[in-house]
Amino acid sequence: MKSSASSKAKPRSILPGFGISLGFTIFYLSVLVIIPLAGIFVKTSGMTPGQFWDTVASARVIASYKISFMTSFFAALINLVFGLLIAWVLVRYRFPGKKLVDSLIDLPFALPTAVAGIALTAIYAPNGWIGSLLEPLGIKVAFTPLGITLALIFIGLPFVVRTVQPVLQDLDNEVEEAAVMLGAFRLRTFRRIILPELIPPLLTGFALAFARGIGEYGSVVFISGNMPMKTEIAPLLIMTKLEQYDYKGATAIAMVMLIISFILLLLINYLQWRSNRRVITE
Amino acid sequence: MAGAVTVHLTEKSAQRPKHINESAGVRIVLISVALLFLVLIVLLPLVSIFTEAFKRGAEVYFAALRDPDAASALKLTLMAAVISVPLNTLFGVAAAWAISKFRFSGKNILITLIDLPFAVSPVISGLVFVLLFGAQGFLGPWLSDHNIQIIFALPGIVLATTFVTFPFVARELIPLMQAQGVQEEEAAASLGAKGWQIFWRVTLPNIKWGLLYGIILCNARAMGEFGAVSVVSGHIRGETNTLPLHIEILYNEYQFSASFAVASLLVMLALVTLVAKSLIEWKTAQKTPKGDG
Amino acid sequence: MHIEVRNISKTFHGHKAVDNVSFSIERGKLIGLLGPSGGGKSTLLRILAGLETPDSGDIFINGKRVNDVQPQLRGIGFVFQNYALFKHMNVFDNIAFGLTIRKASKAEIKTRVGELLDLTGLRGFEHRYPHQLSGGQRQRVAFARALAPKPDLLLLDEPFAAIDAKVRKELRTWLKQLIGTLGITSIFVTHDQDEAVEVADEMLIVQKGRLEQQGSPVHIYTDPQTAFVAGFIGHSTVVEQPESLRGFGGSSLTAGAKALIRPEFVEVGREREIPFPSAAEKGKVRHIFFRGAHLELDVEVGSNRLSAHRSLDQEPLQPGDEVSVLIHRLYVISDESATIVENPLKVDPLPVHI
Repeated sequence: MKSSASSKAKPRSILPGFGISLGFTIFYLSVLVIIPLAGIFVKTSGMTPGQFWDTVASARVIASYKISFMTSFFAALINLVFGLLIAWVLVRYRFPGKKLVDSLIDLPFALPTAVAGIALTAIYAPNGWIGSLLEPLGIKVAFTPLGITLALIFIGLPFVVRTVQPVLQDLDNEVEEAAVMLGAFRLRTFRRIILPELIPPLLTGFALAFARGIGEYGSVVFISGNMPMKTEIAPLLIMTKLEQYDYKGATAIAMVMLIISFILLLLINYLQWRSNRRVITE
Repeated sequence: MAGAVTVHLTEKSAQRPKHINESAGVRIVLISVALLFLVLIVLLPLVSIFTEAFKRGAEVYFAALRDPDAASALKLTLMAAVISVPLNTLFGVAAAWAISKFRFSGKNILITLIDLPFAVSPVISGLVFVLLFGAQGFLGPWLSDHNIQIIFALPGIVLATTFVTFPFVARELIPLMQAQGVQEEEAAASLGAKGWQIFWRVTLPNIKWGLLYGIILCNARAMGEFGAVSVVSGHIRGETNTLPLHIEILYNEYQFSASFAVASLLVMLALVTLVAKSLIEWKTAQKTPKGDG
Repeated sequence: MHIEVRNISKTFHGHKAVDNVSFSIERGKLIGLLGPSGGGKSTLLRILAGLETPDSGDIFINGKRVNDVQPQLRGIGFVFQNYALFKHMNVFDNIAFGLTIRKASKAEIKTRVGELLDLTGLRGFEHRYPHQLSGGQRQRVAFARALAPKPDLLLLDEPFAAIDAKVRKELRTWLKQLIGTLGITSIFVTHDQDEAVEVADEMLIVQKGRLEQQGSPVHIYTDPQTAFVAGFIGHSTVVEQPESLRGFGGSSLTAGAKALIRPEFVEVGREREIPFPSAAEKGKVRHIFFRGAHLELDVEVGSNRLSAHRSLDQEPLQPGDEVSVLIHRLYVISDESATIVENPLKVDPLPVHI
């Protein structure tokens, strides 16, 4: 800590390229991301509050937000549970094919969303491998909110696993042994000692999966059925408005989603900052 | 928000004394539940793409791949990747250099801003360019006066792809280079190395695997992006369709086998990405000696 | 006997970490488990705690065999090398953890934690989190946490290893006093002999998984039983050909045996300074090192090099000076054993050689 404080006082680094690298970074970021995104705000500012409100508060738009939120929330929740389980199993147990399973976790990151979408639809449609098994039980997956949730589970799975995994790996055996020596058996050690350490990464993973779910488009459109008021997600509604050349409507919906995304992004950064702060520096 | 967390599974942690481990029965149940979940959510979709693609025979499969529209979609997809990936790589290296090697105020804000495209819905990523360059956009009238086509053409697709894949390389490099610190570079500078020499001889060898991984992830996403490209492409068959869009069109026309056949190409891309990732992790794990005690 | 260990062995992947170790410990003693790194000390400690299972052998606590008692139920307090504090709990909750598991009442917990806060000087820090404490404070939290459930036996694994040198000295003294006051049987592992000598009532010297010697620090220093102990404790020089040294050439040495000589066994000076000139022989000063309170001399005697101490008050010597060297005694070492041999010429009233 001392060394970093003293080098902070150092006025300049002897390394070259600060001006050009930072300059290019800010230029590129502005041209490609900031200015285009600002366009959304400029466009909505061209609407009267009444127009804006009528668009974003119309029954169909509200319904789409609701569906996006509910499905993303439940998908993230399921990922929270199974992501923790998978990370646990991968870090702590030995079983054949473990390395392969570990690689498979990243598939949702690497697989184009449209491909995931048609594949999930094929399996969970009423005539699909699993859909046909569920049909007699009265469970419909494809073309219902359940299907959307399923697609979002697929998309969000790696977020929870990959944020929990390194923390679980770095957990010191000695901390668990300390609990053992104080008389705690397995379940209590998990609840009182291990789980509290995993809550920051679990929350981060949950927020990441949730944020990704709200914006997700490619994997959902195929399995959702896209019925207005029932299985129409917010990104799809933006798409529909665009196809009808209703740019203002599309932009207004996008504006609300953007604000939600920013809030989530800030929350995620805050969570990560908080969990980093607690690390004991030896 | 990238999924670019590199994790090495160490065998050490898998052998645990019994008082801090679960009983064999509990272990088996937990492993089974985890694997069942992965089979249902991840593995079955993967397998189904190939079975669906070959459902109507190899002939239909290869015919779908030989289709001229598929070929032009592939060409466009590659083109978008070839432009956007090097641009984002350049940006990623510059951003990581500035952020990890120097101190300046507002650094955290900058990092958050770099993350932005991850937080934005792909559809919105496309929308912003329609608002800028579309017929009714801010620059639309000027562009049409000068006969420049951006939306519903290659430039729009490239822009949307670049936007969406923007953070990948930077996100992979920043933590890596921050962890490596500045000592080696400062040593090189004190020995008289000049700017590019320092980068090529000292920094690059240290970050090459992370950089490669970032590029591979960036490329996978660039070739597979659907939502953003869908907004700006205009879906003109044979002209502004990328592979994912071509899959959608075939699917909506009920040409399922053809659709899955084209999809299988992208699955291959994804699998190559995963293999490359595993190789890189294996490579970096070899380089860092394991502490055992 | 409070703690009794019989024929304990433990093998990891073909490596014998603990090899047929037996010892017993009386109630209330503070035991230092000393030996080189990787010698099996920590494994032995973890076997006592129940964190490792021995391949063979028995452990008795208060006469009861505890091999099959789970570590949670052995009533042992354990202080880990890196403290293993619960990061998400404040000092109070860390100390209270063992009590909450025993379903103690709120009032009981409050009283007991209060006692320990006072005992460890942590009063006022109870709402801090581990990352807000210094190394020494964390160590004391770990100590208080282990003591809270009133264990029968306290085990400490390298308790001072992660603390910087100055604080370490203070903590050692503090810990020794505290354990003395509490009267709790304690075993601590260390690789630092100064630490063991200073703190322990009794030491167990462990090397390559085997117990080399058990005894009080003074006993082990003055009467090492094995070659390893003689070499490990204190500073010493190995002499390859002790029979060439004056006074040790006779039948007192078996042929081919080596010897260990401590600096305090060697007296170096001008001829008139040496009490038994007849027992001394000639040597040459090679190097002189200033060691603060005394000088350390590197002396050449025949083909042997010896180390000796000299007071700063004595007449100064220079490198290259011819000096008389008297070797009072040495340890003759064979593969296993160490025996002390006094210089026979020292006591002979009428030396033959003039």
